[in-house]
Amino acid sequence: MMSLILPTTALLLLLNLAVGLIRVSRGPTPADRMLAALLFGTTTVAVLLLLAEWMALPALRDVALLFVMLAAIISVAFAGMPTTDEEEP
Amino acid sequence: MNPQEVIASLLLLSGCLFFIAGTIGLLRFPDVFSRLHALTKADNLGLFLICAGPAMRREPLCSAGLLLIVWMLGLLAATVSCHLIARRAVRSGQMEPRASEPPACVPRTCVPRTCASRTCASRT
Repeated sequence: MMSLILPTTALLLLLNLAVGLIRVSRGPTPADRMLAALLFGTTTVAVLLLLAEWMALPALRDVALLFVMLAAIISVAFAGMPTTDEEEP
Repeated sequence: MNPQEVIASLLLLSGCLFFIAGTIGLLRFPDVFSRLHALTKADNLGLFLICAGPAMRREPLCSAGLLLIVWMLGLLAATVSCHLIARRAVRSGQMEPRASEPPACVPRTCVPRTCASRTCASRT
């Protein structure tokens, strides 16, 4: 049963990521696009944990740990960027 | 099929539901701040449930501890990113006036600049 549930869940999460791309294309502000990047960070970690369980590769769990440690850095870099004309009201 | 696997499957599926709810919020909510609210909360609850699913099946406790660390770091990263993105959005002027504050215009002759908000629309 687990061998069926694990790939199904991972597939659903990947579909979730693909749907999140709609927000990237629709915008309208750079902050909205960063939200999609936030979604990608969390979902990638979840997919890696599921794959570690499914393929019996415990190393993927360490990869997930690395990804989650790097997740905040994207936002810190984004907050340091100068504001562009696009987001002026 | 032992009860542990059933509980683990239920945890995984409900975690997936929370992820989907977060994405629906990201797509449907009207402004940056409500999208941020939907995404960070729902996704981290989903991450917890997905971490808890494999942790149910594990005999060695150290891998369950690793999953716990992953979730804790995920919470920390989501909090920091949420705060930074929201602060940048506020500073670049995407904040609409709150419902409790009066709209920044004189009534009667009011054609406010920020009439996208509901408070202004009800006045005119």
